[in-house]
Amino acid sequence: MKMRNLLAASVCVLALGSNAATAETFKWAFQGDVQSLDPHGLNETFTLGYLGNIYEGLTGYDADLQLQPSLAESWENTSPTTWVFKLRQGVKFHDGSDFTADDVIFSWKRSLTEGSDMKGYGAKMADIKKIDDHTVELVTPAPNPILPRELVFLYMMDQGWSEKHGASEATSPKAADSTATYAAQNANGTGPFILTERQPDVRSKFTRFDDYWQDIPTNVTEVEFTPVSQDATRVAALISGELDLVYPIPVQDWARLEEAEGVRPLTGPEARTIFLGMDQWRDELLYSSVKGKNPLKDKRVREAMAHAIDLNAIDEKIMRGAAVPAGMMIAPQINGFDEAMNQPYDYNLEKSKQLLAEAGYPDGFELGMDCPNNRYVNDEKICQAVVGLLARAGIKVDLNAQPKSKYFAKVSPQNGNDTSFYLLGWTPGTIDVHNVLFNLMSSFDTEVNSGQFNYGRYSNPRIDAITQEVEKETDTTKRQALIAEAFKIMRDDVGYLPLHQQPLSWGVREGVTVAQRADNVLDLRSVVISK
Amino acid sequence: MFKFVSMRLLQSIIVMLVVGLIAFGLFRFVGDPVNNMVGQDTTLEEREALTESLGLNDPFVVQYGRFVAKAVQGDFGMSYRLRQPVSDLIAERFPATLELSLVSAFLALLLGVPMGIYTALKPKSLFSRGFMTLSLMGVSLPTFLIGILLILFFGVSLRWLPTFGRGEVVELGWWSSGFFTASGLKSLIMPAITLAIFQMTLIVRLVRAEMLEVLRTDYIKFAHARGLSPRLINFSIALRNTLVPVITIIGLQVGSIIAFAIITESVFQWPGMGLLFIQAVSEVDIPVMAAYLLLIAFVFVVINLIVDILYFVVDPRLRVQS
Repeated sequence: MKMRNLLAASVCVLALGSNAATAETFKWAFQGDVQSLDPHGLNETFTLGYLGNIYEGLTGYDADLQLQPSLAESWENTSPTTWVFKLRQGVKFHDGSDFTADDVIFSWKRSLTEGSDMKGYGAKMADIKKIDDHTVELVTPAPNPILPRELVFLYMMDQGWSEKHGASEATSPKAADSTATYAAQNANGTGPFILTERQPDVRSKFTRFDDYWQDIPTNVTEVEFTPVSQDATRVAALISGELDLVYPIPVQDWARLEEAEGVRPLTGPEARTIFLGMDQWRDELLYSSVKGKNPLKDKRVREAMAHAIDLNAIDEKIMRGAAVPAGMMIAPQINGFDEAMNQPYDYNLEKSKQLLAEAGYPDGFELGMDCPNNRYVNDEKICQAVVGLLARAGIKVDLNAQPKSKYFAKVSPQNGNDTSFYLLGWTPGTIDVHNVLFNLMSSFDTEVNSGQFNYGRYSNPRIDAITQEVEKETDTTKRQALIAEAFKIMRDDVGYLPLHQQPLSWGVREGVTVAQRADNVLDLRSVVISK
Repeated sequence: MFKFVSMRLLQSIIVMLVVGLIAFGLFRFVGDPVNNMVGQDTTLEEREALTESLGLNDPFVVQYGRFVAKAVQGDFGMSYRLRQPVSDLIAERFPATLELSLVSAFLALLLGVPMGIYTALKPKSLFSRGFMTLSLMGVSLPTFLIGILLILFFGVSLRWLPTFGRGEVVELGWWSSGFFTASGLKSLIMPAITLAIFQMTLIVRLVRAEMLEVLRTDYIKFAHARGLSPRLINFSIALRNTLVPVITIIGLQVGSIIAFAIITESVFQWPGMGLLFIQAVSEVDIPVMAAYLLLIAFVFVVINLIVDILYFVVDPRLRVQS
């Protein structure tokens, strides 16, 4: 121990001697790389979170996912459909040009170009008018109480830079000529870090932007990002001291990190809810022993399943106690969460068997289940546990677990929702309940694009109506009452079987502090390396 | 000779076309690439429009025809996952894989041939038995496990070697090399050993078997009867005759080292073509998968051709027959 201290001390002296005190390099790894540096190229959490260190939106999130001003200093809802945003003055892009109202309008228009994957956010505005260089007026097609939230991930680009490099349109994955992909390989934002080097899938380097507009906690001056795809290699690289932070860490490796010297697991509940869905629209299930009818259309059967699945057992045995059993389809971090609604269905095997008998299945039945095996934390193991738990009630589940690419190809609406019973996880990108009401709980409707991820096509007209009202309702109390009503209906209908909030699972080196955001985003602004 | 080579080249084109056709036939079973290319809020219509514009709704033969038509013009398309031209990606990764493969092959030869000779000449010695046991382990232990064990021992416990990546590289024109930096060389050690172990054990066993056979032949007995020194017999006569089939097999092994570096590359996050391919498979990046498979088919075809030509050079009897 003494030897170690001596060594540490001499290392410190060496570090001071080489003038390393001014430069703090932070090395981190994730399981994959971003597909594109284009801020409008892919609407996916990791990509947007990663780019959030280079680019910024008018609004932003703090460490607790609370809405914060970012490139806009303040905003005001001047009429039900107009908002005035005051832009921050003196903000510079990495290339030195000023951030102005023109850039806001340009970025918004760019988000609506063909290759953009952010059209959904762009479409929240019907028009943006420039009032002066640092004031814009946003016009929404309908009243929208959560507009400031929907601007968080709509990142601002510099008009001049984009036009100069032929990047005025968002790069789509199908872009053929290389000039059109300039913004996918290069970046110029207003964020605290400048991208200095990038080799896709291999390494990216960042350096601190000296003219950044706000004071932030981080003392990091250089950042090195490496994607490491194998879990075992990623964990080894952290323990060996080569990296400062890696994620995700397999849940079963937490104990190893706790035992190893100089590193620790960093965990907490993620804003992602894992749940089971059931085919409630076909007259006969695709994968079942019951022919001629659909047992999952019978509420008693769904209720029986809800009471047969022991969420605490799944939490303890599969998630090492780190998951938070859920009764609601949204996590506490999500705007609109209601604690009173979050009580899970109680585990009651007798009741479950009784309900099945009442429904006419005293000996149970067979049911096929689809499950991804590389998408969520321990996804396949959760499904296996569900198979075991349902077997006790008499429902014999035939599990089909496959990689996410095959799983989504099978169960998605493009393939006609080819499933009877499935596991899915969801974090609303807007951190607001409306996204969940619209995508998961509303009826599947290709006209208005609702219920796209409602693979079991659960449908209740009242929830559809509430969803439309929640979208427009600007009165917080009324909005919350509507939300509560929708979740009450959902619960009584047993439309879905919520399982839990999955845990965040990061590993950090001792001496590194970082805010772990519940949407699993690493915000470099919060990274502090102690000497 | 000219006729032979041109016939083989013609055959090789057919081989590559067939490989491509089979590959495209299988891509449908890998999954749906579109889901990985868009965010969760992207509407159904946009997803379908993307599927359509990528031509994924066409029968696989049509997709394949389109790919070939562009490929003959040198255009392998854009990677779905990294949104860059596939040819750039492969050119970027090729040096990493080739350097790793060559070092492994060299390592396997350097250690494998002497060990093979030794075990053949002194089959009963303690060392020989040790080598044979080790080679049995090398053949039977999965590459993935060997890689992880090396990482745990040299990377995590001893902290002598980096656990992943290629270290700093030096750009020499379009070639990036890890041979000229300390971190590059250190990073190379564990992946090269991992990749070399299987090849090495194969060479040990092959050299040993061939050598034992040659040592039993009449001309060796005759050489002994002439009173030549054992050293001369073993190394000049026996070894030379042993190496003919060994060289053939090694040539082919170089091909498979390049092709099967996939596992080693993914364990060590080595930024080569194998890693590119395995990630392309998991994200259903069809253009990358197609180009990689064709490239590997091409590598095998070329190596086969070289080996066939070497037969003519090495074995005079073949020349007489033709």
